[in-house]
Amino acid sequence: MANRQKAVLKRVLKQLKKYKLCLFATLFFAFITVAGTLAIPIFFGQIVNLIVGKGNVLFSEIFIKFIIIAACIGVTALSQWLMSIINNHITYNVIKDVREEAFANIQRLPLKFIDAHSYGDIVSRNIADVDQFADGLLMGFTQLFTGVLTIIGTLALMLVINWIIALVVVVITPLSLFVAKFIASKTYSLFKKTSEIRGEQTAFIDEMLGNLKVVKAFNREDENQEKFDVLNDRLTKTSLKSIFYSSLTNPCTRFVNAIVYAAVALTGALMLVFATPLPVVFNVGLLTSLLAYANQYTKPFNEISGVVTELQNAVACAGRIYELIDEKPQTPDGENSVRLVDVNGNVDFENVYFSYTADRKLIEDFNIRVKAGQRIAIVGPTGCGKTTLINLLMRFYEPTDGVIKVDGNDICGVTRKSLRSNYGMVLQDTWLKSGTIKENISLSKPEATDEEIIAAAKAAHAHNFIMQLPDSYETVITEDGGNLSQGQKQLLCITRIMLCLPPMLILDEATSSIDTRTEQRIQRAFAKLMNGRTSFIVAHRLSTIKEADIILVMNNGNIIEQGSHEELLALGGFYSNLYNSQFAI
Amino acid sequence: MRKLLKYLNNYKLQSVLAPLFKLLEAAFELIVPLVVAAIIDNGINGGEGWRYILNACLVLVALGAVGLVSAVAAQYFAARAAVGFSKELRRDLFSKMQSLSYSEIDKLGTSGMITRMTSDVNQIQSGVNLVLRLFMRSPFIVFGAMIMAFLIDVLSGGVFALAITALCIVVFSIMLVSIPLYRRVQNRLDKVTTLTRETLTGARVLRAYCKEEEQIESYNKDNRQLTKAQNFVGKISSLMNPLTFAIINAAIIMLLYVGALKVDGGALTQGNVVALYNYMSQILIELIKLANLIITVTKSFACAGRVNEILEMKSSLESLPRGEKRESVPFIQFNGVCVNYGNSAVDALNEITFSAEKGQTLGIIGGTGAGKTTLVNTIPHFYGVRSGEVLIDGENVNAIGDEKLRDMCGIVPQKAVLFKGTIRENMQWGKNDAEDGEIMAAIETAQAADVISSKADGLDELVEQGGKNFSGGQRQRLTIARALVKKPEILILDDSASALDYATDANLRKSLKELDYKPTVFIVSQRTSSIRHADKIIVLDGGKMVGVGSHEQLLKECETYREIHYSQYEKEGA
Repeated sequence: MANRQKAVLKRVLKQLKKYKLCLFATLFFAFITVAGTLAIPIFFGQIVNLIVGKGNVLFSEIFIKFIIIAACIGVTALSQWLMSIINNHITYNVIKDVREEAFANIQRLPLKFIDAHSYGDIVSRNIADVDQFADGLLMGFTQLFTGVLTIIGTLALMLVINWIIALVVVVITPLSLFVAKFIASKTYSLFKKTSEIRGEQTAFIDEMLGNLKVVKAFNREDENQEKFDVLNDRLTKTSLKSIFYSSLTNPCTRFVNAIVYAAVALTGALMLVFATPLPVVFNVGLLTSLLAYANQYTKPFNEISGVVTELQNAVACAGRIYELIDEKPQTPDGENSVRLVDVNGNVDFENVYFSYTADRKLIEDFNIRVKAGQRIAIVGPTGCGKTTLINLLMRFYEPTDGVIKVDGNDICGVTRKSLRSNYGMVLQDTWLKSGTIKENISLSKPEATDEEIIAAAKAAHAHNFIMQLPDSYETVITEDGGNLSQGQKQLLCITRIMLCLPPMLILDEATSSIDTRTEQRIQRAFAKLMNGRTSFIVAHRLSTIKEADIILVMNNGNIIEQGSHEELLALGGFYSNLYNSQFAI
Repeated sequence: MRKLLKYLNNYKLQSVLAPLFKLLEAAFELIVPLVVAAIIDNGINGGEGWRYILNACLVLVALGAVGLVSAVAAQYFAARAAVGFSKELRRDLFSKMQSLSYSEIDKLGTSGMITRMTSDVNQIQSGVNLVLRLFMRSPFIVFGAMIMAFLIDVLSGGVFALAITALCIVVFSIMLVSIPLYRRVQNRLDKVTTLTRETLTGARVLRAYCKEEEQIESYNKDNRQLTKAQNFVGKISSLMNPLTFAIINAAIIMLLYVGALKVDGGALTQGNVVALYNYMSQILIELIKLANLIITVTKSFACAGRVNEILEMKSSLESLPRGEKRESVPFIQFNGVCVNYGNSAVDALNEITFSAEKGQTLGIIGGTGAGKTTLVNTIPHFYGVRSGEVLIDGENVNAIGDEKLRDMCGIVPQKAVLFKGTIRENMQWGKNDAEDGEIMAAIETAQAADVISSKADGLDELVEQGGKNFSGGQRQRLTIARALVKKPEILILDDSASALDYATDANLRKSLKELDYKPTVFIVSQRTSSIRHADKIIVLDGGKMVGVGSHEQLLKECETYREIHYSQYEKEGA
């Protein structure tokens, strides 16, 4: 774990290299800021010395000091501002770099990774974790540098002014650190427990409120309330403890501060009263400066301990992001990858083996020759693995063994881009991006003119409903097309294909949730598309199935039967069972 | 926010004690500079001797100790009050949400409810906590320091008043300017989030169209916009520290000048000047704390508003006292039922009239948005009717009492949801004390016996949240079984066989027919094959009933039904 942390830290430093100049600048300004903040109390102390008593005030010297202080204030404030700006610049640019790297890698990750991870997890890495990382970095820059410098500077100045008092301060300060650390270690486990229980409660709320309709249908409100109250009580107990204990840090360190303050006042005053001759030069003004230092000396200690926790957190977050960035991308297209051009649409599967995980075999020794223009219907019960075939055709996944060929070319030897742009794919899980209708359609052909888009929409029977939308083709649809019906979304996806008309098609017929008229439009659009194109159809409709040249029957992830409708009926196997069952009661 | 204050009622004492102890702590802090002044004036310059100094320093430590004790007490009471407050608020909120009717649930949405339960309530809790702790303390220290300064010297007090005004102006104007800018940063971050999500949800489509590079480009564009916005607001908000630093120090210069004049004239002592200097340093920290407090409180107010919105929601469902029971009517009777969600111009259901006898099977068919789900949801009184009436056994559903009514109904919703726990626990949702025999019978009827036998632990198999470890079809059959466990008089299957293949669907319908308690079954479907054998089929289109009758009748008489049927079967296949 410690090793990992170190590795991540190294990585962060490497990331910072680009901003070397800025880092030097921020260090420089931090130095000036600290020097200024420390110098000013000394001057104020000197002024206090010049205000001795009635008729004994040296105004001319005071004025000179005022001018010096004013200059100090100006320089310090300016460098403080510049330092913050540079810190912001470094932090926000580093996280920009990190986000860009992560996003670029997401584009190159194999779909296997994306399918296996929850979207929420990846999104939270790229958003929340990066933010947390930024917070840590920023705090590190602004408080760690200045904090350390302040401690060193204060200590040095105190030693110079009066080493005896400095010694007193040095002896007492560890107390403050000890107290802060003690409280932090106690509260850490409490906070962890609190967030665990909170997580449990959130999961419960998520489950029950997310399915409130079912809860109500089964009259489970009272049982749920009881369970909720139990969780709520537990949460209340631990969060009371964690909030209370963590809020002790401030009062406790403030108390230690008070002790330091009193000790400085005591030693300082006693020295002034007794020690004549003084072992060091000392006066009321210097005592005032020392008291001011004593007040600010312990603060950076507390801040630094806060920064350290924050940094640890940030490193953990950075680790999670780097994991994503380092995740192995798909093998890039080889240099001698062929570009598929003028595709006819012959697709061959030769001794194809495939499985998602080694321990569960799916497709075994699958062979099929699809001639250009043929229709292949894929049928089988839900969850039988029909999408697996699509994954293989599009090379979202690669076969574990055997080859898939398009026009005689092994698809693993052609560029992904040329392979995929020769397929038109309409999935049942339609996906639309947030943007205008036009942007969504022209996804397949960015250079398409408005006329082409409208022609495609007409051909896909989508034009009419698009014109009924508030801004027709310019209507902005929200993420995943929330305001369109399922059928309309599918028509839009078909329009995309109509626009670019690739030689091969992958179509996924909708099972349900589409009203009859839209359904018929989709059917007509599909028919128009399939004309003369090699088509793979995940089919639910008998008519589609019967018209197919080849039917592939799938079950449990494997292809169990293949042939034409008549052949399969004659076979009397799984397919004929499936076909006959819908006429039984 | 004021309306939520009642949740502090049980913690009145704590909510009063917390700020009081905080005040006490602050008061002790304000005495410190006076003691230091006394040390300088009397101990050092006045020659009172070492005893005086020692005593004064002991007073300093004592002040610190008393301050510590009162601070600890204050933190404790504040934490108690804040945590107690949020506990009761959460409980009420949860119970309120559970009591909402379907239309309100639809309006709020799940994620809306969850954010209110979690992050909003947490935000309010920290708001309450902070207010109790700081709302009195910070102003007290700021103004206390000023008053102390006035007590020492009026002119110096004036410098304080000036400095405080200047600080307030700077702190609050920076806040005012930066808050909307931060909102802009948030908006841009949202955009970046959306793109990240989209690129994952749309991975297949985007790759199919080879859009990877374009995605990266548009992401980088948005990301840079975000960085720009962050840097801009950073520039403004980082003015806060240098400006306040400059103001405070400038004020000290003024203070020392005034002090010097007064000391020269004999009106003040050196110690007094040191005390004034110390008071000035105390102000800054508290003022910044106050500014942060105000930000937190504003956020809490927004959250409180959202939470309150829910607490004040009125259920749109009305329940009537039990009315008279009409005799010799069909078991279920719809009389001119119209349903409208909120204020939509078009009714979701329009003038629906039909009846069903006990033990009959009814099919309901139609396209999306036809009103199928709405129709079956009026039976268990999930939605109220705008006009017309739904009668069960001659009694209006809004008078039967929701709990009793829903006990009569077994409902299988469209979305097949299972809950975390064992399969058995899930099945017992139907009937708390159901025994394994009853459960297995229901499971067999629901064609789910193979699901149980395929799991190592049978009924004890753990269901993960959302039932993720079961396939869609398995979940669907288990939810059917769950509804059957309670042996309902009315069984409602809301498109719940969509994930089942034809054969299983057919077997399910067959075994439902054979149930000995003869439930009245409503089957909602998009497939004519699922409902063609029903005793009565209701065809809906755009909320209106466009046909009712048997399969054969409807094929002859109902255009919409024919259309649906022949889109699924060729003519000769039927």
